[in-house]
Amino acid sequence: MNDISNPSPQEYYAIIETVLEEARRLGADAAEAALSLETGLSVNVRLGELETLEYHRDKGLGVTVYLGESKGSASSSDLSRAAIAETVRAACDIARYTGADPCHGLAPRERMAWDYPDLDLDHPWPIDAQAAIERALACESAARDFDRRIVNSEGASVSSHRGLHIYGNSHGFIGGYPSTRHSLSCSVIGEQDQAMQRDYWYSTARDPAQLLAPEEVGRIAAERTVARLGARRLGTRQAPVLFSAEMAAGLIGHFLRAIRGGALYRQASFLLDSLGQSLFPHWMQMSEQPHLPAALGSAPFDNEGVATRPRKLVDDGVLQGYVLDSYSARRLGMETTGNAGGVHNLVVEPGEQDREALLREMGSGLLVTELMGQGVNGVTGDYSRGAAGFWVEHGEIQFPVEEITIAGNLREMYRQILAVGADVNPQRNIRTGSILVQNMTIAGE
Amino acid sequence: MTDSHELARRLIVAPAGIGDSDLEQVLGGLMSQGGIDDADVYFQLSRYQSWSLEDGRVKEGSHGIDQGVGVRAISGEKTGFAYADEISLPALREASGTVRAIARQGQRGRVRALRHTAGHRLYLPIDPLDSLPVEEKIRLLEAVDAEARGLDSRVRQVMVSLVGVHDVILVAGADGTLAGDVRPLVRMSVSVVAEQDGRREHGASGGGARVGFGYFLEQERALGYAREAVRQALLNLDAVEAPAGDMTVVLGPGWPGVLLHEAVGHGLEGDFNRKGSSAFAGRLGEKVASPLCTVVDDGTLERRRGSLNIDDEGTPTRCTTLIENGVLKNYMQDKLNARLMGTVSTGNGRRESYAHLPMPRMTNTYMLPGEHQPEEIIASVQRGLYAVNFGGGQVDITSGKFVFSASEAYLIENGKLAAPVRGATLIGSGPEVLTRVSMVGNDLELDQGVGTCGKDGQSVPVGVGQPTLRIDGLTVGGTST
Repeated sequence: MNDISNPSPQEYYAIIETVLEEARRLGADAAEAALSLETGLSVNVRLGELETLEYHRDKGLGVTVYLGESKGSASSSDLSRAAIAETVRAACDIARYTGADPCHGLAPRERMAWDYPDLDLDHPWPIDAQAAIERALACESAARDFDRRIVNSEGASVSSHRGLHIYGNSHGFIGGYPSTRHSLSCSVIGEQDQAMQRDYWYSTARDPAQLLAPEEVGRIAAERTVARLGARRLGTRQAPVLFSAEMAAGLIGHFLRAIRGGALYRQASFLLDSLGQSLFPHWMQMSEQPHLPAALGSAPFDNEGVATRPRKLVDDGVLQGYVLDSYSARRLGMETTGNAGGVHNLVVEPGEQDREALLREMGSGLLVTELMGQGVNGVTGDYSRGAAGFWVEHGEIQFPVEEITIAGNLREMYRQILAVGADVNPQRNIRTGSILVQNMTIAGE
Repeated sequence: MTDSHELARRLIVAPAGIGDSDLEQVLGGLMSQGGIDDADVYFQLSRYQSWSLEDGRVKEGSHGIDQGVGVRAISGEKTGFAYADEISLPALREASGTVRAIARQGQRGRVRALRHTAGHRLYLPIDPLDSLPVEEKIRLLEAVDAEARGLDSRVRQVMVSLVGVHDVILVAGADGTLAGDVRPLVRMSVSVVAEQDGRREHGASGGGARVGFGYFLEQERALGYAREAVRQALLNLDAVEAPAGDMTVVLGPGWPGVLLHEAVGHGLEGDFNRKGSSAFAGRLGEKVASPLCTVVDDGTLERRRGSLNIDDEGTPTRCTTLIENGVLKNYMQDKLNARLMGTVSTGNGRRESYAHLPMPRMTNTYMLPGEHQPEEIIASVQRGLYAVNFGGGQVDITSGKFVFSASEAYLIENGKLAAPVRGATLIGSGPEVLTRVSMVGNDLELDQGVGTCGKDGQSVPVGVGQPTLRIDGLTVGGTST
């Protein structure tokens, strides 16, 4: 597996050149194209037996053309010469009908990543199906042997993917790089008093050497499942809420969506005109670090070829910049921040407290380890989601809870952050420790 | 009417020069490996087109083609799967060579001669992409924008999108199945932002079906979506804090049927029940709902978004009674899970594409109507919540806990509708919630054709529906205590 050398990367670069040439021939004033190729293997075992063995092989070409200030796009999974010509023609046909917009166009030439760093993202894993199956089996059996209350399993999986991403545009920029992504995950079911609970754990990395050991992933999955057994409801109340590091990443994700250019120019964000405003407590810092070696969110350039660069996003609680691509930047009278396609490694500066210290600081309140549903309104910041976790008193976990909701308004919740933990999981694009919020409404029985 | 099956053959396998004998040979090659119980190949040619409007102009459009073939071999509970993103005999042979790795010691299987499995004729085998000239699509989007902006000066932003998909599939199985389908699907979405005294709110609407784009011109459908999106945005400008806690909830007809999809639908999919991971596992024949509740999954409704002439394993869809007068009757099955559970497929084997494995999935899931007038149901509640529009939902099928988020709801005070409330998530327990249904309306409605269901990372179009329902006790996740 992991063979993407047929045809060679040079031949794929040539496809981008062909696309741009074809666009020029059909009268496009500017054009851009992206090509992605991926091969992979994934295995899933359940109850000690192989369940599925899947071989993945995907490719896709996306083309955008500009005729004057009008834009058209097309995509194809077929990379034959005829299909490429057909795809470019389809994009041009569309651009003949769409309305002009002076903000359309390629990102500025001077912002292209003419010279980009090697970010150490390519670590092929020479693992065959049998070896992957054995790892998954070791992972699942560690989970099932952890506690006799683990009575069933949804299985364990191992997957390995390698891809090649190439982007080019009519500024003459063309860049590409291979990258890998490997993961290991496990989900098991526990039972107590005829009530079942399940939970899971996973590990993801560019470099297989950085994956947690299969036994470790299995043990954590089982530990999390057993901890949920005997969950009960809570009465409706106001209380402080500690978001576990995994859930806190979601909380920061809502912030990032609200400062994206698309939400801002459409006036569909609760953080309009918030640049320079104190949105978080004065001690909070957030930065974007796109060049961390071998990190999951690292990228040398964004989806428009713009060179990524490290920057401070929140300084002493104050918002320093938005998340913009070239179109939304022009709409807002600003410059692209190199975020076409999203942020690259958003790092919330960790505090010094581990989870136990945060629980002590909270005193009595709710530790949330799972959130359900999409109850977040990006226009108003209203937040209401299903939750599960643990009720805490005097800084100590008392019992697991479920079938409750937590609600508030994100703008208020961000202001009310009391602490960020030191318990950061680096295997994520959003890196944050647990986050303690002063007060939310918990609805239950 | 042109036959979907024949058209699928003509569009997919004929251009690649792949005949029935080639398919039999590939399937035969798989089945001749030791211990393979079943195998199938799935061809797909999918084209889409989308247009989107903002700032009063259609500024973006895109077109895409995806095609390929997926090959699956099953041995007991084990599945081997590979696919190629081109439709050719060498690609098909290569993918089938890869999945042979799943074989074990055992009896050699046999391939039955392929014979055409007839499906329903629930929709026309048309290509919706060319069903309306481009100029008319653009005029349609502009008309929707003008309608929304003309309704109220507080409307600040209008976004409209129009998407059409022409999906052609053909499946051949070692059990002799040979079935093709041409599946048109169109959808329009309207989203508006309204502003008043510095407060901004959002409203959304839309619809779709397995038809051509002309559907949106009939009965001013598209303009209706604009009116509905604006109504919701303006209503939200006056919404007060939602209540927090356990209370009586009345759900309106139609789209609130997402309750059924989350609370019981997923938990009744065959795979989770075979594995014993669902809170409903082993409960066939037991009472899981109030006697007022009869819930079906019906893939045979004409032109509906969730309907299919055949499922993705070539089995004709059907109307399966899941819960009858409160008693659990059936699970939804694909071929693999049906075989392992000693039953037959209910035509619920679905997959997102050739690059994904099929599994049991819902089609159109709804509750049959009861006897009460909707007004009677609201009048019966002293204090509670009346929820009529929802965003998405989610369920943990093992604990049975589910959520769904209301986007339009009102307080009920002394049997009358009072102030609108801000969006809130409702949470409950799937195996319990339907036991608390105390009144069922006579006003069954199905949704407008916008639902998409996600499971294991695979998305498929679905439908939901229900009459007005009274539920005596559901947790409402507002902020007002």
